[in-house]
Amino acid sequence: MASTPRAQALTGTEAVRRAIEGGQSDWRSVTFQGLLVLLLVLTLGVLVWLLTVVFVNGVPLLAERGIGFLTSPLNSQAEVAGVGQAIVGSLFLMLFVALLSFPLGIGAAVYLEEYAHDSWITRLINTIVRNLAGVPSIVYGLLGLAVFVVALADFTGGRSLVSGGLTMAILVLPIVIITSAEALRAVPEAIREAAFGVGATRWEVVRSHVLPYAAPGIFTGTILSMARAFGETAPLILVGAVIGGFNVEYSGVVETLQGRYTALPTVVYDWSRKPPTFGPNVYAAIVVLIVVLLFVNALAIYLRNRFERRW
Amino acid sequence: MTPSSSAQPPRLSIGDLRGSPARRRRELSVRLLFLAAASLSILISALIILSLAGEAWNFVSQVDLPLLIERGWFPRRDLYSVQTIVAGTFTVAAIGMLVAAPLGLGAAIYLSEYASSRVRRTVKPILEILAGIPSVVLGYFALQVISPTIVDPICPGATEGFNMAAAGIGVGVLITPLIASVAEDAMYAVPRSLREASYGLGARKRTTSLRIVFPAAISGIVAALILGLSRGIGETMVVSIAAGATGGSLFSVNPCAPGQTMTAAMTALATGSDQVRGATLAFPSLFFVGLLLFVFTLALNLIADRFVRRVRIRY
Repeated sequence: MASTPRAQALTGTEAVRRAIEGGQSDWRSVTFQGLLVLLLVLTLGVLVWLLTVVFVNGVPLLAERGIGFLTSPLNSQAEVAGVGQAIVGSLFLMLFVALLSFPLGIGAAVYLEEYAHDSWITRLINTIVRNLAGVPSIVYGLLGLAVFVVALADFTGGRSLVSGGLTMAILVLPIVIITSAEALRAVPEAIREAAFGVGATRWEVVRSHVLPYAAPGIFTGTILSMARAFGETAPLILVGAVIGGFNVEYSGVVETLQGRYTALPTVVYDWSRKPPTFGPNVYAAIVVLIVVLLFVNALAIYLRNRFERRW
Repeated sequence: MTPSSSAQPPRLSIGDLRGSPARRRRELSVRLLFLAAASLSILISALIILSLAGEAWNFVSQVDLPLLIERGWFPRRDLYSVQTIVAGTFTVAAIGMLVAAPLGLGAAIYLSEYASSRVRRTVKPILEILAGIPSVVLGYFALQVISPTIVDPICPGATEGFNMAAAGIGVGVLITPLIASVAEDAMYAVPRSLREASYGLGARKRTTSLRIVFPAAISGIVAALILGLSRGIGETMVVSIAAGATGGSLFSVNPCAPGQTMTAAMTALATGSDQVRGATLAFPSLFFVGLLLFVFTLALNLIADRFVRRVRIRY
């Protein structure tokens, strides 16, 4: 029992309860918490500011030109220029990414997590993959330029859709490997042990037990990596996506693959350097870009929450 | 119980336990398939280094070495002062870190120590959305909005809105979510027992957060900052759009002026505004700068990796 009122105030039940519940009683704590909230609000506020500016400036043009904006080709006149070719180009690139990097990435992750022994070479590969994921995207553009555009020009047709697609697939590959590996690691060991216990081979274990359980995580990882690739510009610029305009009709698959192309973020970049008449166009294109990305991200988050298993 | 002398237990050989040959073959082929996929990653990194190094060597062997230190980066005039663009990169990255470190760490501390789980559940997806904004969008935003609104009052008469400060702020906004999420993960991973011990001694939340949790998570926080810096150095589109100086630039660390970073120089070389087609020295210079960039970011990422691993081991 404390003797003086001050001692009572410092050690009494009230004081202890206030300290544990974290009631902010002194001005330093209040200002600190206020500062933290301010910083958080600033961060979120910038996002809100950006989205507001983009939508306020971009939606009028979209409302006015409607589907026309989404289907018109590039043009030097702002009133007629549209993102049709850009959308087609971006979709093709995403197709490349999906067809090439998903099987390779998931396969590599399966090997690293399920088959590989914990040796120096496995750890080396893991380190390499992690570092590849942190390499700036423009360096992948350089790789694409050197290998696909210049060295393999006979196969790919130089600055073509194939080169761009291959470059983006390589860009995305480390991320796919990392997210898939994480999803595989989350499956409890007990599942595998149970399957081994009844005599399954390793592939049978992976195919019928591990992969189905890891599938939601792998799936959302691939969707998110595709969203990331959708917004990438720098590598495409280096590998020869068209800046400016082009007006070519392609006949047949091979010609399309070996021909010039453009993509949505590249168009945004190009238009941003044009005179102010293109201002609304830039914002409208950004709106399209952001809407697609928001949709894909929301889809991934929804799928993750819906199918995630909690062990 | 004595076994009857005539019954011999059937001898099992290893062949009986192995399973059918078809099953074994399939098993082996599947294993090789996955191994091939994994080896591809090594192949890719080898390709990166080789392609960069080859052309970079081309450049270094052909260029007059004094030109590398001459004032200014003007590829069209054969002036390749690397220190100009490196200075530009670090100026923009420094401004970016000045913006992103307080914002990111502040958000991280709040989310990990002060926020209720409902606030965390709402805010974290929003941060993920911010992380997903493409850099072109942020670059245009920096040029059109940040430059006139924030930079102009501080830097009077910035050249048509192109300046390194706007680009730096744009980069800062871009890397804030990265710093916030890595730092927050690090702080969240600090065991509750440490916090409880601190509260038990009578400390308040502010003291516990700053004196206990923050130092305990310092490895992860440093890793977050280094990763943010690495990302800021490698950022291309924000600086290409907002920092200006596409024709080349003089050595400058003035944030109020336009400037060129390594990445913007590479973009300028590739889009032909500095002429890259043809046998001039400009094409190999692109790879030289790229190799430099790769080495910088690789070094930073390896250091950050070290820090992250130290956190993991301890808990």
